[in-house]
Amino acid sequence: MRIFATDKGTPPVIAQPAPKPEILARRAEILAALSALVPGDGVIGDATRLKPYETDGLAAYREVPLAVVLPRTTEQVAAVLRYCHETGLRVVPRGAGTSLSGGALPLADSVVIGLMRMNRILDINLEDRFAVVEAGVTNIGITKAVEDDGFFYAPDPSSQLACMIGGNVMMNSGGAHCLKYGVTANNLLGLKFVTIEGEVIDIGGAHLDAAGYDWLGLITGSEGQLGIVTEVTVRILRGPEGARAMLAAFKGTEIAGAAVDAIIGSGIIPVALEFMDKPCIHACEAFAHAGYPLDAEAMLIIEVEGSTAEQDDLLNRIKAICERFDPISLKVADSVEQSLAIWKGRKGAFGAVGRISPDYLCMDGTIPTSELPFVLKRIGEMSAQFDLKVANVFHAGDGNLHPLIMFDANDADSFRRAEEFGAAILTLCVEVGGCLTGEHGVGVEKRDLMSVQFTARELDQQRALKTAFDPQWLLNPSKVFPLQETPAAIAAE
Amino acid sequence: MSASLAPPDEAGVAAVVAAAHAAREPLAIEGNGSKRGLLRPVQAARTLSVRNLSGITLYRPAELVLSARAGTPMPDIASALAEKGQQVIAEPPDLRAVFGSGEPATLGGIVAANLSGPRRIAWGAMRDHVLGVRFVNGTGEVLRSGGRVLKNVTGLDLCKLLAGSYGTLGVMTEITIKVLPAPEATATLLLEVPDLAAGVGALSAGLGSPYGVSGAALLPGTPNLAALRLEDFAPSVAYRMGRLREALGRFGDARVIEAEESRAFWRDVRDAAPLGAQPEDAVWRVSVRPSAGPAAAAAAQALGGRALLDWGGGLVWVAAPASVASHDALVAAAAVSGGTCTLFRGPDSLRLAVAVLPAEPAPLAAIGARVKAALDPAGILNPGRMRAGL
Ligand SMILES: Cc1cc2nc3c(=O)[nH]c(=O)nc-3n(C[C@H](O)[C@H](O)[C@H](O)COP(=O)(O)OP(=O)(O)OC[C@H]3O[C@@H](n4cnc5c(N)ncnc54)[C@H](O)[C@@H]3O)c2cc1C
Repeated sequence: MRIFATDKGTPPVIAQPAPKPEILARRAEILAALSALVPGDGVIGDATRLKPYETDGLAAYREVPLAVVLPRTTEQVAAVLRYCHETGLRVVPRGAGTSLSGGALPLADSVVIGLMRMNRILDINLEDRFAVVEAGVTNIGITKAVEDDGFFYAPDPSSQLACMIGGNVMMNSGGAHCLKYGVTANNLLGLKFVTIEGEVIDIGGAHLDAAGYDWLGLITGSEGQLGIVTEVTVRILRGPEGARAMLAAFKGTEIAGAAVDAIIGSGIIPVALEFMDKPCIHACEAFAHAGYPLDAEAMLIIEVEGSTAEQDDLLNRIKAICERFDPISLKVADSVEQSLAIWKGRKGAFGAVGRISPDYLCMDGTIPTSELPFVLKRIGEMSAQFDLKVANVFHAGDGNLHPLIMFDANDADSFRRAEEFGAAILTLCVEVGGCLTGEHGVGVEKRDLMSVQFTARELDQQRALKTAFDPQWLLNPSKVFPLQETPAAIAAE
Repeated sequence: MSASLAPPDEAGVAAVVAAAHAAREPLAIEGNGSKRGLLRPVQAARTLSVRNLSGITLYRPAELVLSARAGTPMPDIASALAEKGQQVIAEPPDLRAVFGSGEPATLGGIVAANLSGPRRIAWGAMRDHVLGVRFVNGTGEVLRSGGRVLKNVTGLDLCKLLAGSYGTLGVMTEITIKVLPAPEATATLLLEVPDLAAGVGALSAGLGSPYGVSGAALLPGTPNLAALRLEDFAPSVAYRMGRLREALGRFGDARVIEAEESRAFWRDVRDAAPLGAQPEDAVWRVSVRPSAGPAAAAAAQALGGRALLDWGGGLVWVAAPASVASHDALVAAAAVSGGTCTLFRGPDSLRLAVAVLPAEPAPLAAIGARVKAALDPAGILNPGRMRAGL
């Protein structure tokens, strides 16, 4: 992913499939037809109002769509998709547009179907511990609706104030607490799903492990390429009695890595286990003044749950383990406030890096945790080679690495080096046994690296599954798969 | 009994499938065959078994991952994990008693059937812990999905699609799963409840408490017994059990069982032993929202059958006379609350006479047929295992 703090100069160009001339030529007719299907102010066609939809969280790439449709009901979504199917119109589904991999980037000849007006909570059932919500409800909105009763919806991406549950489903998003509670896929029960033919299908329900093929599992993480989700049934969980964090700083990344292994090896699964390297500690400390040790090479933030006595017991166990690794400092929060102070720097990490560098790319590979010291060493070497600074934050428990590559978007060569550096890191992740993306998705950003992780036949098999849902490749067709190899119908210009 | 092929390795499996694809010749796919009696009988002259693809290929306790060839017996995996204080967290059942099989289940079979035990309610299903698979598709190609890391959203998730596909979409040859620590201590609160509705009420109250209940079952009988399990470090279990008992005391007389007694209790629940299925009974698994569990259990009792409720009341194991009428009644009972009913075990005549899995709406069935064709174009893998004609 690339976050550009400011919007300057000409945006980098991303290859897109050639727009269909016959679609572009019928623009007025298409807008009229869509307006009939979603009456009122449901269709956007004028340039100024289309502008906000030209990009997503990967703001480097832009493309103004043909039209934006904002349906309010599943029936309207079905009618629009049916029309798109009959007309051969490409569709880009959109939630809040916070995708960091360009998943919601439009095509010039596409209609963007935005789900943000479908934002109602339809049912909350505490006895059976589920909630039914429309796709445009924000992630935090679900927790807000049940928290007074002590419940929560577990996956908590940092973008949770904005991102929507439909987008979460399509990206299979994770969060800081997924080491214990799992990612989106592990917290779903059912979906209302609309096919490109406009058929409305109920997948799963309010019960566990619906019989038959695991459609829920296949659709989750499919990046808007199989159909549109209009309603989601999620599991809600009762929250713990309380939670508290501690901080542990070490003299070397290998040592910190060994401490992580020892904690997990002792049978403790903390709810969160975050790792920061020295450049990241410095950036965060300058920004948040969280009291992070500036002489440390690596720092861990570890959070546990339970009653106060249980937290004490677990934190003491973890502290004892950390003490075996000659820590520079150990700080156990003794109040909720101190806990928040420890988290403050980490939560502001992206913003902190944004202050020392105008632009940065955030990578999202996953590695086997034992490879951490090697991978960090290689990233350090590459940093010198590409002449760009990098800071590393890492979900240490599950190996999901977020290197932040700092560069200057005003300098074309700096941007090119940053892209190459990013690709080199992701390739390294695959080489050591990991993968290209742990939670941000492939989108447009990593589609051309897919052949690093998968064989041609493996990609063919995945494409064949997409074709089974979307024979004409109308749904978000330029994403996930290397563009040159996508079916002829959407070949690049 | 059909001819059985058991190649020594993945390449051998691929060769058998490729040849069968070329010849348009169906294959029954199995591991040890311990669940041959599950769902529908497969009509195939030859059986392809992965039982010789055995052995753990990677185990990194600190990384919480284990890879094993698909034919590895589950007990081998359990003992390797136990040496390092870890376990397969989804608690898959040992169904040797249910299916009258002498052979233990293999990892491939457990994943292909997506079978999970009592801990499913707290820690997820078997499919939630499958990180990666190697498999042979219906044309004989060896493909991979997922990997060996805990977090991975790269490409379509075929791991979940293959989990629960009963060998109809591909022959898994090697599987990587996430493993987790086994708890230091465990204890179970047993409550005598007046009826099943009150029992599910107690389970829901426990699952809705902040104490981390990791098993919630209801054993109908005299008395009806609601059981809630805690697993954690010893001080936590002691503290939480005190609180839980206090919170749930209003539901009925309570007692606590601990350690090995508690573990044995949950092994039984996991394996559906308290159901007491007789050899002539058919067995169903009904999945509903927990509050609908008692109605499904009542439907079973009305058939002269018995029920066992797990997953907070949402999983209802039923043993009842093996008849189409029983099946129809249970399917109808599940449908009332939007749940599903699966014929788990029964005589071949029944398994062939009914839809063992609930029918899918036509548009979904059409997608399903295309997905099947994308993975197994000649329809040679376990034809008819899940649905007639597919
Ligand atoms: C500051 C910041 C922090 C972030 N932190 C995290 C994090 O901690 N963890 C994490 O996993 N991600 C994180 N993200 C990434 C992003 O928030 C997630 O990918 C999120 O799930 C996207 O949701 P959205 O509603 O914005 O979806 P969008 O960006 O609008 O869309 C995402 C994809 O889903 C498709 N889509 C959206 N809605 C639907 C629907 N209803 N039906 C079908 N397809 C649909 C789109 O076509 C697109 O491919 C972060 C992003 C930002 C900007």
